Amino acid sequence: MTLHARLLGAAAFTALSAGVAAADPALVYDLGGKFDKSFNEAAFMGAERWAAETGGSYRDIEMQSEAQREQALRRLAEAGQNPIVTTGFAFSSVLNEVAPDYPDTKFAIIDGFVEQPNVLSILFSEHEGSYLVGMLAGMASESGTVGFVGGMDIPLIRRFGCGYAQGVLAANPDATIVANMTGTTPSAWNDPVRGGEITQAQISQGADVVYAAAGGTGVGVLQTAADAGILSIGVDSNQNYLHPGQVLTSMLKRVDNAVFDAFEAGADLDSGVLIMDLAAGGVDWALDEHNEALITDEMREAVEAAADAIRSGELVVHSYTDDDSCPVLSF
Amino acid sequence: MDLIAVVQILDSTLRLATPLLFAALAGLISERAGVFDIGLEGKMLAAAFFSAAFAFTTGNVWLGLCAGIIASMFLSLIHGVASITFRGNQLISGVAINFLAAGLTVVIAQNWFRQGGRTPTLTGDARFPRLDLPGAEAVRDVPVLGPFYSVILSGHSILVYVGLLCVPLTWYVLFRTRFGLRLRAVGENPAAVDTAGISVVGLRYGAVMICGVLCGLAGAYLATGLSAGFVKDMTAGRGFIALAAMIFAKWRPWHALGAVLLFGLLEAIANRYQNIDLGFMVLPAQFMQALPYILTVVILAGFVGRAIPPRAGGEPYVKER
Repeated sequence: MTLHARLLGAAAFTALSAGVAAADPALVYDLGGKFDKSFNEAAFMGAERWAAETGGSYRDIEMQSEAQREQALRRLAEAGQNPIVTTGFAFSSVLNEVAPDYPDTKFAIIDGFVEQPNVLSILFSEHEGSYLVGMLAGMASESGTVGFVGGMDIPLIRRFGCGYAQGVLAANPDATIVANMTGTTPSAWNDPVRGGEITQAQISQGADVVYAAAGGTGVGVLQTAADAGILSIGVDSNQNYLHPGQVLTSMLKRVDNAVFDAFEAGADLDSGVLIMDLAAGGVDWALDEHNEALITDEMREAVEAAADAIRSGELVVHSYTDDDSCPVLSF
Repeated sequence: MDLIAVVQILDSTLRLATPLLFAALAGLISERAGVFDIGLEGKMLAAAFFSAAFAFTTGNVWLGLCAGIIASMFLSLIHGVASITFRGNQLISGVAINFLAAGLTVVIAQNWFRQGGRTPTLTGDARFPRLDLPGAEAVRDVPVLGPFYSVILSGHSILVYVGLLCVPLTWYVLFRTRFGLRLRAVGENPAAVDTAGISVVGLRYGAVMICGVLCGLAGAYLATGLSAGFVKDMTAGRGFIALAAMIFAKWRPWHALGAVLLFGLLEAIANRYQNIDLGFMVLPAQFMQALPYILTVVILAGFVGRAIPPRAGGEPYVKER
C-alpha cells in the first residue's frame, strides 16, 4: 500500500515538474517497429524533419506488446508531453479510454478513429493511392495477372487491396488479381519468410507485379519478387531504392507530413477528423531515379489523368471501409 | 486444382517444412535424452540473426552458417548448465532462452547495423543459392516423375537436402548405434545408465549440443536461405510448431518428417488459396491458418493415440545419496 502511494506520489511529482518545463511532443510507434522501412519509419522521418527544422526535441517509444499501449500513453501524458501522436489503428480503443483522463493533453491517432474532444483522428485515403499504383500495375503487367499481399487481415489493409484492384481493372479490364493476407495476428507484420512464400505462390499463379501492403513482411515480398525477376510495389514509405529497377513504384502514404503537421501545431492541435486524401497530398505514388526507366510516358500520363480526376471528385474510388465490401475483389 | 498447382504447392511445402524439420529433430534428440527444450524458437532466432549478420559482414554464407550454429550452441550450453548441471527447471530455462534471444538479437542488430533491429539485405554469396540436382533439366518433360524430381526436389538451397539427410541420420544414430542406445536410456532411466558406469551428465550435454547444431541450421536456413536477412521475431512461432510436430511424431525421426511435411503442406495451401471452396461450403483463410494449431490440439487430446514422452524427461538427474 505504501509502495503504491509512493508510486502515485512520484508520478504526480513527475507530472508537475514536467508540466512546468516546455511541452515537447511525443510519438508512439506501433508493433511493426520504428524501422519497418514503411509505415512507422515514415512517422519517424516526419518527426526527425520537424526536429531538424525547428530545433525542437521530442520523445518516442516503440511498442513491444499489446499490453504496453495504455501504460506508454499514460506515462507520456503524465510526463507532460503534448501533443502525443500514436500510429496505428490498434491504439483506438486504448486512446478512447486514456484521452478523457488528460483533458489538457492533445492526442492524435493516425489510421484510427477516436471520438474525444482532445483527439485528432488522422485518416488516409489509402484506396486512392492504391488505385493509382494499381493502374500502373495493370499497365506494366504482361501476363495480365497481378498480386496483392496484405499484412494482418484488417479492414484497413482490405482498403488497400480494394483500391488496388479497382486501379488494375481500370487499366486492364481483363486482368486477374490474386490477393492474399499474411495472417490474422500482429506477427503478420513481421514475417518476411511467409511473405516470400506467398509471393512465390502468386508468381506460380502467373502474377508478374506484386503489391505488398504488409509492413516488415513486405521486405520478403519485394526480395522474392526481385529474385524471381518480376516487379513489385512498395508501400507507405518510398521503397523504390530497395531493389532499384525492380520496384515498379511505391504507394506513398505521407504519414511523415501528418506527424510533422501535428508536431508543428503543438498544444494547439485541432481535434476532430482529418482526412488526408489525394487532394490534400496525403497519398501519392513514387517516381524517382530508381524506377523512372520502368514508367513509360504513356503510363505516367494515364495515372496523372486519373489522379486529377480523383482530386476533382470526378472519379470516386470505392473505399472498403465504407460498407465493408469490395465490388471487384473477394478476400 | 491442376497438376501444376499441386506440384508448386508441394515445392513450397518442402521449403516451409525444412526449418520445422531441423527444429523438430533438434527437440527430438534433446528430449530423447531427457531434457525438455522449449527454447527451440529462441535458438533458431539467435542463429538466424548471427548467420545473417556474419554472412553480411564477411560476404560468405558458410561463415554465416558457422556463426549461427555457434550462437545456437551457446544458448544450448546455457540451457545445459541451467538444467543439467544446476538441475534447474527445464521449462523455465527454455522460456528464458526464448526471451533472451528475442531481446538480444534486436539490441545487437541495432548496435551493429543501426537499421532498427534488422540486418541489411543479403546479396550474392551471402545467401544460399538454389541448387539444381543433376539431371533435373533432362527429366523435366517425363510425365509424373519429371515434375516431381525437377520442380519439387530440385532447385532448393543445400540446407533442404541436409535437412532431409538428417532424418535417416538421426534414426541411425538413435536406434542403431551404442551412443543412441545410451541416449535413449538416459531419457528413460538415467539411474540404470549411471549404474552401468556411463556419465548421465555427459550424454545429456551431448544431446543438448546436437540440438544446438540443428537449431542453428534451422535459423540459418530461415535468414540466409528462405529470406535475405534478419528481421525481428522472424521465426514467428516456428519453434513451437516444431515442438508440436515432434510430439505428434511421438519422438520418432521418420514420423517427425511426416509431421513437418503435413504442417508445411497446410501452410503452403493456406498461402496459395485465400478461401477454399469445398462445393457445399467455403473454408475461410483464417481457418486454414489456424489448422496446424487445431490439429495439434486434436492430436494432443489423444485422438491419434497417446503421445508418451521419454519417462525421465523434464527431471534433472540426481545421484542417490
